[in-house]
Amino acid sequence: MEVTVTVNGAAHTGEVEPRLLLVDHIRRVVGLTGTHIGCDTTSCGACTVLVDGTPVKSCTVLAVQADGRSVTTVEGLKTNGQLHPIQEAFSAEHGLQCGFCTPGMMLVGAALIEQNPAPSDEEVRWAISGNLCRCTGYMNIVKAIQAAAGAAAPGEDQ
Amino acid sequence: MTTVEEPLTPPEIGGIGHSLKRHEDARLIEGQGSFLDDLELPGMLHMAILRSPLAHARILGIDTSEADAVDGVVAVVTGELMAQHGLAWMPTLSGDTQAVLATDKVRFQGQEVAAVVATDPYVAEDALELIVVDYEELPAITTPQQALADGAPVIRDEKEGQEGNLVYEWEAGDAAATDAAFATADRVVSLVTHYPRSHPAPLETCGAVADVNSVTGQATIWLTSQAPHAHRTLFAMVAGLPEQNIRIISPDLGGGFGNKVPIYPGYVVATAASLLLGTPVKWIESRSENLISTGFARDYHMEGELALTDEGRILALRVKMLSDQGAFFADAQPTQFKAGLFHVVTGSYDFGAAHVVCSGAYTNKAPGGVAYRCSFRITEASFLIERLVQTAAYELGIDPAEIRFRNFIQPDQFPYETPTGFVYDSGDYPTALTMALESVGYEALRTEQAEARAEGRLIGIGIAHFTEAVGAGPSRQYDIAGLKMIDSAELRVHPTGKAILKLGVKTQGQGHETTFAQIVASELGIPATDIKVEHGDTDNTPYGLGTYGSRSTPVGGAATAMVARKLAGKAREIAAHLLEAASDDIEMESGKLFVRGTPERSVTIQDVALAAYTNLPEGMEYGLEGVHYYDPPNLTYPYGSYVVVVEVDAETGVWKVRRMVALDDCGVRINPMIVEGQIHGGLTEGFAMSSMQWITFDEEGNCIGSNFMDYLIPTAWETPRFELLSTSVPSPHHPIGAKGVGESATVGSPAAFVNAVVDALAHLGVRNIDMPMLPDRVWAAIQSAPS
Repeated sequence: MEVTVTVNGAAHTGEVEPRLLLVDHIRRVVGLTGTHIGCDTTSCGACTVLVDGTPVKSCTVLAVQADGRSVTTVEGLKTNGQLHPIQEAFSAEHGLQCGFCTPGMMLVGAALIEQNPAPSDEEVRWAISGNLCRCTGYMNIVKAIQAAAGAAAPGEDQ
Repeated sequence: MTTVEEPLTPPEIGGIGHSLKRHEDARLIEGQGSFLDDLELPGMLHMAILRSPLAHARILGIDTSEADAVDGVVAVVTGELMAQHGLAWMPTLSGDTQAVLATDKVRFQGQEVAAVVATDPYVAEDALELIVVDYEELPAITTPQQALADGAPVIRDEKEGQEGNLVYEWEAGDAAATDAAFATADRVVSLVTHYPRSHPAPLETCGAVADVNSVTGQATIWLTSQAPHAHRTLFAMVAGLPEQNIRIISPDLGGGFGNKVPIYPGYVVATAASLLLGTPVKWIESRSENLISTGFARDYHMEGELALTDEGRILALRVKMLSDQGAFFADAQPTQFKAGLFHVVTGSYDFGAAHVVCSGAYTNKAPGGVAYRCSFRITEASFLIERLVQTAAYELGIDPAEIRFRNFIQPDQFPYETPTGFVYDSGDYPTALTMALESVGYEALRTEQAEARAEGRLIGIGIAHFTEAVGAGPSRQYDIAGLKMIDSAELRVHPTGKAILKLGVKTQGQGHETTFAQIVASELGIPATDIKVEHGDTDNTPYGLGTYGSRSTPVGGAATAMVARKLAGKAREIAAHLLEAASDDIEMESGKLFVRGTPERSVTIQDVALAAYTNLPEGMEYGLEGVHYYDPPNLTYPYGSYVVVVEVDAETGVWKVRRMVALDDCGVRINPMIVEGQIHGGLTEGFAMSSMQWITFDEEGNCIGSNFMDYLIPTAWETPRFELLSTSVPSPHHPIGAKGVGESATVGSPAAFVNAVVDALAHLGVRNIDMPMLPDRVWAAIQSAPS
């Protein structure tokens, strides 16, 4: 089947097998390997991307379902050479160790602070509860997302 | 002594003690890490493995004809083909053998039976389903007790001389002295508990990309490996390839936690396939494959007895342990220690006698027994002694904190030799526990607990004070498969004063690229941001045994400090030449080398680096680089005091953590931010094992817990918030006084959580709930409580 998937602003049109998973499409066809695979059962969230701005686990979506959609991966967070506040905050707050869950965590965090400019500890934890991390114990991930919300909040530095 | 000291270097140097942001973050936050599955090579084929659905069965035949015929399938590999090349079996890291692809029998569910190599991973998976294996099912043995019972079927019947299912028997301590102490005891307190089977489950599974050039014989193998150098040597031994032609590259690892220490059959099959086909072959296991076939952890059945006086003084400890090893003895243990360092089970307490008897049994379960965020079975040991001491407190009517104070090894007793032969290096246990108790408000909590009980509410306060033995290890005692457990660092300072540090150890997220640069920054005054740290590529780094057992900082970190000191010696001589002074009169401070007494006569380390390639004293060898192999004189002994407060719902058995205070002493902290991150992660894994994370099997040997819907890992929602405290008693024998910390919290915290829940029910007479403390287990304990 022919699909057109816009990934980080660039349209990718091509023939795909109907059973091809979106995560494999992103990694192997589009060639962006920042989106990771951790479990195959929609449990771990390492493969999380944004589809039209909403966090989606790309191991449980077919590439054909993303036809005509706009996908944002970790490689698309940086704009005009500027890191997204969530990227800055994950490093500043030591929100990552091995870095394998980090792309998914950051994308969920970015989507959350888009909706909620000042999320509480509980709100952040609920938002990332579909994403597993084996290294950090989540504390610094929560801090990083809250710090990014503070940095991105309108009025804060205007 | 117990305060955390200020860093000695300024922030722009960023040496030890600075919470420097991590160098490795830059690539990871932009999706530019290079994890194994990210690697694509021209012409690369994809491999998938067929696994046994049965726990124990004889293989009568394998028909691969239909799979062979699938468009896109390049080869189907069976044990028979591997046997033709002498590769159907391989040695394990603990001196046993393991089937690479099964030829005679399958011995656990998930065992590797055949592999398909195809042009596309989806095609390889499709073809697996077309392979027909004719099995004759045999009775499955799923517990070590069954395995050692009379008449049990012999699982390892292929091993010459193997009569039953016993893997090993091992003991430590002094049986006679222990018996004598028990004979004089006022009281004997005992505990029987099972530390359940768990799995490290790093978020990235295991895999390999093998690229064997049939013309040159060069084998480049990218592996998810915590120990690339050891793996290279073992590959040379297993495959008979010349070691100079084997290059192991361990790329960015998505966690390891012990899971990436063993050599797995998939690595060997992918390499053999690449060798036979002359093309690169990639194998990435699925999550289910990871959970059902690769290195499990724990599965220790433990019985402990403490001999005590009426006043609560411990006189002796007796321990009997039976371990479930699965079908192959594939632990990665030091050769001399069959049950790892389990004999550290005497813990933080001063008493005269102990006897520890260990045995292991083969079962029809996955092999492993890896040290999951743990230094060789210390997690099990720490759990047992801390649960036993807690039990003794209730039986003797002594407060659980007080009984620990009465038995602690005192600060002036270090170095302290334990009854099982460890020599603890340093510590101040009473201060640590006192600080943790004050922080949590212990006295007030006991009052609140009493009031709550009067109202029918259940509150528990759990204490664990652990001592770890990490940083294996001194070559006189420690080797794996004959390879001494030394480690190394190579440091090259370039003419512009920038440096590259190459390590024998391998990060899996611990931040070596930052912390090891900080060690060099402290020693030489080169800014940490000017130092690139390389690791994981055996062609480009000096030899080492790798990263596990919290050995990176104790061994590799020591090697780093020592190589920097070698270079500092030469730097002083060069500075003396530049300053026309005697080298004995040159002092170094934060990158400045100056003549003692006249600090204005100075050069920088960068000046010295340039001179090392341009302007040397007569007769001196050019360059500013060196290598150091460090053989530690002793292990290091980090410790900590953890206090957990829980509330238990008597109606449902659900328990919630209200507070978790964790004091850790890991000696000198290189990067406090990273140390705290390690502790957060470790505490979470301890919480996981105590609350939900385990792997079980049904009577037929089917693995329950083969995916993340059955194998529960805590999310941010369940995970408690942690309050961290620290003291810092340096290791006296380590060059920078550091002890290692990556595993402390996983070792120490499970007992604290269990002690807390049991404490909530102690007045009912409850003395034990095995992990994981699922609500139904807690509820059952309440229902069956004596009072």
